[in-house]
Amino acid sequence: MVQFTLPKNSTVGKGKVWPKPSGASKIREFRIYRWNPDDTANPRIDTYFIDRDDCAPMVLDALIWIKSKVDPTLTFRRSCREGICGSCAMNIDGTNGLACTKGMDEISGAVHIYPLPHMPVVKDLVPDLGVFYAQHASIEPWLQTTSPQPETEWRQSPADRNKLDGLYECILCACCSTSCPSYWWNGDRYLGPAVLLQAYRWLADSRDEATGQRLDTLEDPFRLYRCHTILNCSKACPKGLNPAKAIAEIKNLMIERQA
Amino acid sequence: MSLGAAVGRDAGFRLRHARGGRAVGAMADVELGRGRPDDRRPLSPHLQIYRPTLTMTMSIAHRITGVVLYLGTLLLAWFLIAASTSAEAFGVVSGFLDSILGRLILLGFTWALYHHLLGGIRHIIWDSGRGLEPREREWLVKATLIGGLVLTALTWILGLYVR
Repeated sequence: MVQFTLPKNSTVGKGKVWPKPSGASKIREFRIYRWNPDDTANPRIDTYFIDRDDCAPMVLDALIWIKSKVDPTLTFRRSCREGICGSCAMNIDGTNGLACTKGMDEISGAVHIYPLPHMPVVKDLVPDLGVFYAQHASIEPWLQTTSPQPETEWRQSPADRNKLDGLYECILCACCSTSCPSYWWNGDRYLGPAVLLQAYRWLADSRDEATGQRLDTLEDPFRLYRCHTILNCSKACPKGLNPAKAIAEIKNLMIERQA
Repeated sequence: MSLGAAVGRDAGFRLRHARGGRAVGAMADVELGRGRPDDRRPLSPHLQIYRPTLTMTMSIAHRITGVVLYLGTLLLAWFLIAASTSAEAFGVVSGFLDSILGRLILLGFTWALYHHLLGGIRHIIWDSGRGLEPREREWLVKATLIGGLVLTALTWILGLYVR
């Protein structure tokens, strides 16, 4: 359902201003969304200051610096620190991205950080991605065949393999899906850009033999057709992929199939 | 096992078996049940904090101009009905449309029409899978925005000239 405002328990209040590091010459300000499930208060924005000379350049470095040196309760997901795991996806400076590949010098002024938009918050910058993963499972993201199993591997020509470029690189960080207003309003029924890009990755695979069933599952006013080409997804993708284009390709397959 | 993982597994299983069914209800089952502890979880900010993109703004403008066209059509209907009713009725409409307010409304209607028309063409191009690369899509958005303004200006210049 379209609800432009936040529910009562989700409105964001003013939080704590943490002390500045002493003796620092280059200070950077961070305003970070906080919510703790163990108390009853609403979410709030805490202000932190980091010593830029003591901290590596990425936004994730700053978060780790804050957690180690200022406030150990600050909670966020992170793992690979090189843009391949997708754990540290969050809203930085108003746009979704990975904290580990976003340099703080790309941002002017205070760095505002929120969890991925329009998601239930588990704690601080950690959203609940349960529905997102269930939607991914619903498109059956694996190779499906009816032909007899070959003795060696399923063969694929280099030209056919190239069709998966721009699709297989998706790390399912959810930056695109949670940047999409259509997914905000209909996230329970619309599959969203990330899952549709994954769906197209299997439709485009020359070895997959379940194209018809895959299209059947997607042919639905909500699952596929809630995409209104707003294109926030393609702009947000930290891997430079183009989910909007993948969705357009699926729509074209639907038309091709009817012809 | 965390609650999130349990929900994911359950929902995934249900969705796999909902295959082929067109019922949109299948996805709705994924929603976290009411009355669970998770209901206390706040919803993260969205529209309030997302930095507007040009394509998003134009999408919103497309919707708004679409609504404006309904109102403009009512105006057009009023004009046509009055024209076929009587000279007095026509005089009333004509007088209103000639007033400053009436002209401003007509100007807005003209712009909404062109903006929405060009937006529709842009959407057809995008739906065909073309013009979606980063530079192309920004160019298309700017072209339709400027195009709508230019066509509005041309129409009014022409209209005032032939009057």
